[in-house]
Amino acid sequence: MHVTLKINDSAHDLTLDPRTTLLDAIRLHAGLTGTKKGCDHGQCGACTVLVNGRRINACLSLAVMHEGDEITTIEGLGSPDALSPLQAAFVETDGFQCGYCTPGQICSATAMLEEIRAGWPSHVSASLDGPALPTEAEIAERMSGNLCRCSAYPNIVAAIRLVAAAREDAA
Amino acid sequence: MTRHLKLDGPDTSRRLDGMAQGVLGRGEPRPEGALKVTGRALYTGDRQPAGAAHGALVRATITRGRVTALNAAPVLAMPGVLAVIDDPRLVRHSGPGGQPNPPEADARSVVYHGQPVALVVAETPEQARHAARALRPDYAPEDAVTDPEDPRAPVDLPEKKQASTGDLDSAIETADVVIDRSYRTASMSAAAMEPHATLAEWEGDRLTLHGTLQMLAVARAQLAAALQIGEDRIRILAPHVGGGFGSKLGITPETVAAAIAARQIGRPVYVVCARPEALEMVSRRSETLQRIRLAADESGRLTGIGHESLVSNLPGQSFSEPVQQATHFTYEAAHRRIVHRVARVHRMMAGPVRAPGEAVGATVFECAMDELADRLGLCPVALRLRNIPKAEPVSGRPYSSNMLAACLTEGARRFGWDERHAAPRARREGEWWIGMGMASAVRVNLVMEAKARVTLHPEATALVETDMTDIGTGSYAVLTQIAAELLGLPMQAVATVLGDTELPKSSGSGGSFGAASTGTAVYLACMELRSRLAEAMGCPEPDLTLKDGHAIHANTRRPIGELMGRALMQAEGHVTPGDATGKVRQATWGAHFAEVAVNAATGETRLRRMQGTFAAGRILNAQTARSQLLGGMIWGIGMALTEELVHDARDGHVVNRDLAEYHLPVNADVPALEVHLLEETDDWATPMQAKGIGELGICGAGAAILNAIHNACGVRVRSFPATLDKVLAGLEQAEAEAAG
Repeated sequence: MHVTLKINDSAHDLTLDPRTTLLDAIRLHAGLTGTKKGCDHGQCGACTVLVNGRRINACLSLAVMHEGDEITTIEGLGSPDALSPLQAAFVETDGFQCGYCTPGQICSATAMLEEIRAGWPSHVSASLDGPALPTEAEIAERMSGNLCRCSAYPNIVAAIRLVAAAREDAA
Repeated sequence: MTRHLKLDGPDTSRRLDGMAQGVLGRGEPRPEGALKVTGRALYTGDRQPAGAAHGALVRATITRGRVTALNAAPVLAMPGVLAVIDDPRLVRHSGPGGQPNPPEADARSVVYHGQPVALVVAETPEQARHAARALRPDYAPEDAVTDPEDPRAPVDLPEKKQASTGDLDSAIETADVVIDRSYRTASMSAAAMEPHATLAEWEGDRLTLHGTLQMLAVARAQLAAALQIGEDRIRILAPHVGGGFGSKLGITPETVAAAIAARQIGRPVYVVCARPEALEMVSRRSETLQRIRLAADESGRLTGIGHESLVSNLPGQSFSEPVQQATHFTYEAAHRRIVHRVARVHRMMAGPVRAPGEAVGATVFECAMDELADRLGLCPVALRLRNIPKAEPVSGRPYSSNMLAACLTEGARRFGWDERHAAPRARREGEWWIGMGMASAVRVNLVMEAKARVTLHPEATALVETDMTDIGTGSYAVLTQIAAELLGLPMQAVATVLGDTELPKSSGSGGSFGAASTGTAVYLACMELRSRLAEAMGCPEPDLTLKDGHAIHANTRRPIGELMGRALMQAEGHVTPGDATGKVRQATWGAHFAEVAVNAATGETRLRRMQGTFAAGRILNAQTARSQLLGGMIWGIGMALTEELVHDARDGHVVNRDLAEYHLPVNADVPALEVHLLEETDDWATPMQAKGIGELGICGAGAAILNAIHNACGVRVRSFPATLDKVLAGLEQAEAEAAG
C-alpha cells in the first residue's frame, strides 16, 4: 500500500506491506532508527513517538493509519548540537545507562509534561479536577509505561523535574 | 611499545593521587550521551544496510527429541522467502559466559522447549516472521524432566563447589540457637531492553558481524569454532549495546544462524530476536533452592554455617549459579559446610545474570541472618558486626580490604536505623504496616586480562582504542577520564573508540571487571606515554606534571606537542591477573537499608525508601558509579517483589515470556533511593585501586526488603518474589499468632 507519512516535518512517500507497524515504517522504511523496538507488544515504551503531540507506542499502530498525522520522533526533538531541554537534562542527571529506552523515555516525558500542564489527572493525583503538578510521585506514575532495565528511574525523574522546574521559573 | 603488568601484589605508588587534571572521579557526563539522547547512537538493529535480508528463527514446540522432517517446501513457496536454513552448525543455545568454547551444534536435536531448529530468511521482516510461524517440522519427542526438584532429575555435585570444615552437625547440636530454613528463588531473566540481534555480512571469505555482545573476543572465538573457520576471518563490531546483564556474554543462537544464512544467500542478513525469544531462548538465572543452617551462641557469635543449594542447567553445561560464592568469606564460623547440587533439566540454558552467585546467594543468606537476629533478640546490624572475620575463614588469607563494618555502621547512621522497632507489627499507618530491614552487600572482585592502545597527538589530543564494550556501564566515560587524567588533557581532547575486534583485546564487559581491567590497560599505556614525555622533559616520570596539554617540571612549562617533536606517540597497555588473587581475598562491600509498607488487607508491599552504602575502591566517575549501584538496588526490588520466570510444569517452557507478564520494576515501584560511597584505598586492586561496581548493588538488596516485610507485618516469605498472595497467606497466620 502507498502511504505518505509526515515525520519531523518531512514527507515520506512509502510503499508498505499493510501489516507494517508505524514503528517499522519509521525505522526500516523512513530510516529513522532513533525510535527503538524493545518488545513490539506495547509493553516497554521504547518505541514511544508523538502523534499530533500525543505520546503513543508506535509498535501498536499500523503505519497506514497515519496518513496526514504530524509524527515526531526523537530525531525531531533535538540533535547532538542542539539538544532539547529534556535531552540536555537526561545527559546532566545521567538519566540513562545503555541508552536503548532513552528515546522513548524522552518522547514520553515531552508529551507527559504537556499532559500535566493541561491538568490531566493520573492515578496518584489528589483530585480529578487538577491542577496536576510535576511532583516526583506524579512523574514516576506517568512514566511507568517506559521500562528501563538499567533502572535509571531516579535519574529520569530528576531530569524531568529539572525541566519542569525551569518551565515554572519561566512562567 | 607495550607496558605489561602482571598483578602479583599490591601497588602502593598510588600514582593517580599525584595527577593534576582533576577529571578522574568526577561525575563527568557520558561522552556518548548526546548521541544516545537524540537517537543517533547506532545499535546493532539500527544499521539497516541496503540489500539486507531478514531472518526469523523457527523454534521447537517439543521439550526434547529430534526434528525428523523440517517440511520446508511449502514455506519456501511463500512470498518473499529466500531460504530455510537447516545447517548442522546451527546451535541449540547461547555460548557459555566468558569461555571460548562454542555452544552445542546440531539444532535438530532438541533439548528445551523453544529451542531454535531452523532459520527462515525472507525479503522483509514481516515475511520472515510469517513464514517461520508457518513452518511445521515433524518431531520424534522423547521424555524430558523439566523440574529441578523432580526426583527423576539427574543431580551433579561438582567437586570444586563442595566444601566442609570442622563438624557442622556437632556445632548445631551444641549451639545455643539454631536456624535451619529453606528458601526458594525463582528463575529470572536479564531482560535487557535491547533484544538480541545480529547483522552478518560476508566479503569473500571474511565475515563482518554487528552483534549485541558484551565480550567481543570471546564472542569471536565462539563464533569461529561454531562456524568452523579461523578467528582471523571474523570481525565483530558492537559500539553500543543496549544492556546485557550477562545475557550477551557469549554468542546467541541467532549469531550463528545469521552468519550461516548470509554466506548461503550471498547477502547481508539481519536476525533481530523478538522479545519472547530474549525471554525464553537466550538464558536465565537458575532458580535456586537453598537451605541455610546457622549455629550461634547466645551472644550471637556464629559457630556453624551450612549453605546447601540446588540449582539447575541443561545436561552438559559447565555453568552452575555459584550461590555460595560469598558464603566462604563474609562471616566467621569454625564449622562450615557447603553443598552445591546441579539438577540436569530440560529448561532454557541457565547462565550468568548480573552478580551470578551473590545476587541470590547473599540475598538468601542475609534473610537467614535476619531470622537469627530475630531469634536472638539482637539488632541485625550488631549480629553482622559481631561476625566479621579478621581474615578469610578456612584459607586464612588476609582481606585486601574489608569495609563491611564501616558500610554497616555508616549506613545505619545515615538511614536512621535506630528508629526501627525491634518487634514486628509495631508501626501502623492506616491500613499499612511499616517496617525496616537491612542486609549486608558483598561481591567478589575480579580482574581479567586486558589490552588497550593510546595514541597521543602533538596538538594535545588523544585516542583510546580497545575492543571493550559499553553496555550502559560507563566504559566510554571512565576510559576517557583515565586517559585525560594521566595525560593532562581535558575530557573533550580525548576520543575513545570501543567495540571492534580489530582493536586491542580487552576484558569485555561482565562480572564487574570491565572498568578495573580495561581501565588498567589504559592506565598502563598512559604511564608508558608519561615516561616518554618525562624523558623528553628531562625529569623522572613521578616528577612530571601534565595539565591542559602542557608538561610542567620545576619552573618549566612546555606544550606537550613540543616535547613530542610534532610526531605522534603511541603505547599499548596490557594487564594480566597474577598471584595477587591467591594471596588475598578481594571483594567489594556494602550495606542495604529499606523501609516498606505492607497493606494489611491486600498483602501488597510498597517500598518507601532504600539506602545503600558501598565501598568499591577508587571511584572513577561518581555519577556513573552511582547509576550502576542504583540500578543494582532496583534489580533487588525486582528480585524481592516482582520478578519470576514461570516454567510450565508439563514441558518447562516459559509461560510469561513478555514484559507484561515478567514484571520488571517500573518507575512507580522505585521511591527516592540513596547511594553513599565510602572512600576505600585497596592497593591490591590494580594500580588504580579501582574495583568492580556493576553488580555490588544487587547483592543482598532484596534481603533488606524481605526483612523489612517481616519487621512490618511479621510475615517471613521464603519463596521469592514476595508477591502479595504469599504475604497475604502469611498475614492470616501472623494475625492468628498475634491474637493467640
